[in-house]
Amino acid sequence: MTADVLVECAHITCAYDSTVAVHDAHVTLYRGDFVGIVGPSGSGKTTLLKAILGAVTPVEGHVTKKPGLRMGYVPQVESVDWNFPVTVLEVVAMTRTAGRFFPRITQDERDGAIDVLTRLGLGGLENRHIRELSGGQQQRVFVARALFHRPELLVLDEPTSGVDVRTRHEVLHLLADLHDEGMSIVLTTHDLNGLAAHLPRLVCMNTHVIADGPPLEVLNSDVLERTYGAPMEVLIHGGMPVVLDQGNTEVVRRLGGLA
Amino acid sequence: MFAAGIFEPFEYQFFNNGLVVATLAGALCGLLGVFVVLRGMSYIGHGLSHAVFGGAAASAVMQLNYFVGAGIWGVASGVIIGRIARRKLIGADAAIGVVTTASFALGLALLNRYGQAKKSIEAVLFGSVLGVETADIIAVSAVSVLTAVIIFALYRHFLFATFDPEVAQTSGVKVAWIEALLMAMLSLTILVTMRVIGTLLISALLVIPASVARMTTNSFARMLWISPIIGAVSASLGMYLSYHLDTSASATIILVGTTMFIVVYAFTGLRGRSRIAHLHHV
Repeated sequence: MTADVLVECAHITCAYDSTVAVHDAHVTLYRGDFVGIVGPSGSGKTTLLKAILGAVTPVEGHVTKKPGLRMGYVPQVESVDWNFPVTVLEVVAMTRTAGRFFPRITQDERDGAIDVLTRLGLGGLENRHIRELSGGQQQRVFVARALFHRPELLVLDEPTSGVDVRTRHEVLHLLADLHDEGMSIVLTTHDLNGLAAHLPRLVCMNTHVIADGPPLEVLNSDVLERTYGAPMEVLIHGGMPVVLDQGNTEVVRRLGGLA
Repeated sequence: MFAAGIFEPFEYQFFNNGLVVATLAGALCGLLGVFVVLRGMSYIGHGLSHAVFGGAAASAVMQLNYFVGAGIWGVASGVIIGRIARRKLIGADAAIGVVTTASFALGLALLNRYGQAKKSIEAVLFGSVLGVETADIIAVSAVSVLTAVIIFALYRHFLFATFDPEVAQTSGVKVAWIEALLMAMLSLTILVTMRVIGTLLISALLVIPASVARMTTNSFARMLWISPIIGAVSASLGMYLSYHLDTSASATIILVGTTMFIVVYAFTGLRGRSRIAHLHHV
């Protein structure tokens, strides 16, 4: 591994019982990367993410990480129990478990958490219950929790899943700012036009890796059809790829919506 | 009603012993109930008490010490439930149902076959808060202190593993160990309290105080001290009232807890109801 490599997944295969979720995937994450993993449901995106995090052990191949690599993980907000009795501050501080044996949040921890929250535009909300926040604020609380660890690699699972357009813009801008500050980021997404097309590097997968490169290279009809198993058309608009689902286009045309 | 003097029950040692054990049991169940309710495992108390019944029956038949036999049996059942539920192939409710009913059935079969210890098993099912022995006081006190120390010392691990087990795992928290520890504490709690309040009513003390606490606060840390206080007050008030009303101590304890639930439910209004409605299983 060279000094710039953070994580190397070397031809890994991951399986749950007898079902193979990831097959022979080779992906390397470098310092300064901003990578999107795209693919249909069940394509192994989240499993690959968990293998990177060390939560899933490959049955073949191996994952090598830079020694001492600190990672921050942001789960899908849809999996969060918003009625759980925790305040914003408790959520951010809960990750600091190493050597913490008492309930009290120390002044240092409080200051550190409030610093991170303020940076993410959540200043003054630390004593609010998590349910009392807007969609964008809720997503940012979990980013704050991950950043509280001061990670070198930020790992996000579907950060724009189930959120509205405004929240998606907020999340994208936040991640772009963090990347500009030197944070390495890897995320999974279903959102080809709203998120994936804006990233510098994409990994397209459907159990195995189909393509790995910049959006202008990998977002083409051939790769997308192999990834999603459905015909897709790609237009270039303002220098960016725009993916059209041909199946939808045909239905709209039949209904008289397109000339 | 209240024909007896206000302080009359305190003149009897058996009542004072029962009061001490019931109050500690209420606080202990209230503390662990926070995790039970937030993890959606409200039937764990009911289930584990049935499992411990199996262990009690087996230890009676094999002439083993009750605490040793039923304790090992209960802790093993709790850990097995946790392991099955973690695989997510079947839910926690089904895991509780399978393991505990099997354990209960085995206990019943052993009793049918060997027909021993009928009296003590009845005490296990219905409780005998006025027949508390010194051993019960020591056992409940020891488990209460142990549980409080463990939860206090590993507070953030328990919070993280309960709120977000997947991320906790990736952040270095040994979630499987935390869950096993919780199950072991629950089993020990049921073991030492069931002779006092009975297996059939334990689940109520594990659920009602925590549910009442949930309606009063949005903070996990505050829930952890409000719930034991509600449990302790329900238990001590229930004990006291049962003496004057000449009713079953365990039934009165639960009815006091239920009254608190209704009062708080009414006073906290829509917000409290919304919180409790989200605890689907309660």
